[in-house]
Amino acid sequence: MIPEIGHFALILALCVAIVQGSLPIYGAAVGNSALMAVAKPAARAQFLLVLIAFCSLGYAFAEKDFSVLYVAATSNSQLPLHYRLAAIWGAHEGSLLLWTFILTLWMFAVTLFSKHLPETMRSRILGVMGLVSVGFLLFMLTVSNPFERLIPAAPDGRDLNPLLQDPGMVIHPPMLYMGYVGFSVAFAFAIAALLGGNLDAAWARWSRPWTTVAWCFLTVGIAMGSGWAYYELGWGGWWFWDPVENASFMPWLAGTALIHSLAVTDKRGGFKVWTVLLAIMAFSLSLLGTFLVRSGVLTSVHAFATDPKRGLFILMFLAVVIGGSLALYAWRAPRVGLGGSFSMVSREGMLLANNVLLIAAMGSVLLGTLYPLFLDALDLGKISVGPPYFDSVFAPLMAPAIFLMGVGPLAQWKKADLPDLARRLKWALGVSVVTALVLPFVMGKWTPLLSLGLLLAIWIVTTAVVTLRERLAHVTGDNFSDRMGAVSRSYWGMLLAHVGVAVFIVGVTMVKGFETESDVRMNVGETATIGGYTFRFDGTQDVVGPNYTAARGTFHVSRDGRDTTILYPEKRRYPVQNQVMTEAAIDPGLLRDLYVSLGEPLEDGAWSVRLYHKPFVDWIWGGCLIMALGGALAISDRRYRLARRKQEPAVAPSTRPARRKVA
Amino acid sequence: MKPRHKRFVFIGLGLLALGVATVLVLNAFQSNLVFFFTPTQVASGEVPQGRSFRIGGMIEDGSLVRDSDGLTVHFIVTDTAKRVPVTYKGILPDLFKEGKGAVAQGQLGADGTFVASEVLAKHDENYMPPEAAEALAKAKASGAQESKSLIVPESKKDSL
Repeated sequence: MIPEIGHFALILALCVAIVQGSLPIYGAAVGNSALMAVAKPAARAQFLLVLIAFCSLGYAFAEKDFSVLYVAATSNSQLPLHYRLAAIWGAHEGSLLLWTFILTLWMFAVTLFSKHLPETMRSRILGVMGLVSVGFLLFMLTVSNPFERLIPAAPDGRDLNPLLQDPGMVIHPPMLYMGYVGFSVAFAFAIAALLGGNLDAAWARWSRPWTTVAWCFLTVGIAMGSGWAYYELGWGGWWFWDPVENASFMPWLAGTALIHSLAVTDKRGGFKVWTVLLAIMAFSLSLLGTFLVRSGVLTSVHAFATDPKRGLFILMFLAVVIGGSLALYAWRAPRVGLGGSFSMVSREGMLLANNVLLIAAMGSVLLGTLYPLFLDALDLGKISVGPPYFDSVFAPLMAPAIFLMGVGPLAQWKKADLPDLARRLKWALGVSVVTALVLPFVMGKWTPLLSLGLLLAIWIVTTAVVTLRERLAHVTGDNFSDRMGAVSRSYWGMLLAHVGVAVFIVGVTMVKGFETESDVRMNVGETATIGGYTFRFDGTQDVVGPNYTAARGTFHVSRDGRDTTILYPEKRRYPVQNQVMTEAAIDPGLLRDLYVSLGEPLEDGAWSVRLYHKPFVDWIWGGCLIMALGGALAISDRRYRLARRKQEPAVAPSTRPARRKVA
Repeated sequence: MKPRHKRFVFIGLGLLALGVATVLVLNAFQSNLVFFFTPTQVASGEVPQGRSFRIGGMIEDGSLVRDSDGLTVHFIVTDTAKRVPVTYKGILPDLFKEGKGAVAQGQLGADGTFVASEVLAKHDENYMPPEAAEALAKAKASGAQESKSLIVPESKKDSL
């Protein structure tokens, strides 16, 4: 009964979504406020209905209702409750329901925090989101219904893939989807602006916090996915340039460009057309990511059942959304205007260069991800693009962007003076270069990449210090802490996010430069030394988990004769799917991770074992968290709250008609 | 220089940078393409020499042999028509099993042994990597040999 309620709620939600996607947009076009007023209650009703559907599915999982096909396919009576609930998004149908649920959640949030928006704007935004939701609900109801019954009911379920039975599974997909779907708000803002033809600084100010929130979620989501791969897959890698990872990384790159472009539109009224294009791009890439991951066209850890009908539907949906919004863009963008002019050496100029580099990087990832699919679709053979391609393309594209990251915040808007910038930054550059050259020698190894990585990281930090010092000199305050408080939170947020990038770079550089790994055969009592740490293998013993049995190894780790830690890696066997899983044991630390995973059992209790010493690897995820924290700090800024409270019509900086196209 | 000229210089520099970047990207792209071959193609000598590529198929039952170092393994990848011996040093993925599909990346040695630098088998037991499934299907289609029934993904089953 409960699953039918969920199914019915989805059908009702579709009806509501159709109303929400049509009437308010039409009302905004003809100026009928009664029609526009439909948007808000419709969005809330839709949220409620999808929430009911979502809870129904959750109930079916909690109650082990194996007469629901999806529940039977992705869970098992032995599976602990929290994983049963996480199994809601364990496969295709449920993850679409999660997608839709999060979309309506964002809609609901828009209805809550949009009192200051003009009514036409708000109804267009909610209307566009309603249309997106129509697509997803139709998809679920036609080809991928999570509430489909299985008659007769299965005696027990097929179980959730053991790889997904991990705390990471509980939180990584929702975070990632919050980011993906969050860009739908920025997208809806952009489309609403195109429809209305008014795109001013106020528009950018409204759009900014939403975009930043989505970006923060996406950053955390990607970082968690990477961390999960690191400890769960047992290969010790944190990024594989796997197509699915790329699928989440491309919207991130576009979103990062969008955040910076929005800053220019907000502060200077510039980059308007470009900002709109980026908003469309970020959301389109999110959709593309969903398509790539969920249609089964990719061979990867994430590829679920291949069903051509589904692929076709998503492809058509993608064509309608991307094609439609680009057509609208081509038609309406000229009305939006280009924004103010600026000199190439200016903060705008540098942000533009940063944008171009980010988008170029995105394009090269896109090429490497889609080209094999094209060849395959055209039956021209199967190929794959190796990680070295991405490595060798990414670093040269990002290095100048990161250099500009240090200079940009110091440059004046509109026109900056190069000699002046050089003077202000000379000590930062000196410190960075000297440290980057000397530090690797102190650590005992020098490679060009090591120095380059350190140079970029130190450059970001030193320029951030210079920026902050100059900013503090300009604000008034009696003492130091007053002046610190007078610097706006969005400014702190920007600096913090940039420092996060530096932390991330340190992590990547150090891991790439100094990590050591070794695959060894170890007899009981034998030792192996790696990175100065000695691992002694004390044999394995059998343990029994809730839904698996495992061989658990014991490793005593010591350094210079002193015990460091004891690690217990496991080799688990999940009987339901008869699948073997490696559970690595990690001793995390600020300066290094020690990582042990079991390979295969050999004769006489010996095992093949994989040992890693990974310096600074946690800085990679730490950096991502700091970036997200910076974003969160930025949106807590007073200006957004003031804008909301006072409904102030934000004053657009007077902009001359631009003579030059910037986009 | 007048602002107008300056702008042209900037646009020119921008285009130049873009051109150089494109060339570099495409060059890196070209040299990192990894092609996929079936055991039949390997046997007929279609594969590139001295370049990394992927082969896929089924791991022949009973072909897995481990050296005394516990790490070096030898096995045979087959598409039921032709067989390719593979050597790999390292820890095999969890889902690597005889009689299941696998994809290996590496180079073909002078003696006809494929020296793998990487073995991919990150799928559950009901699932065959598409490349491997295709290799088997191709061999079957060419009617080279009567083959055993294949393990192909059932629809409605999610597979990792």
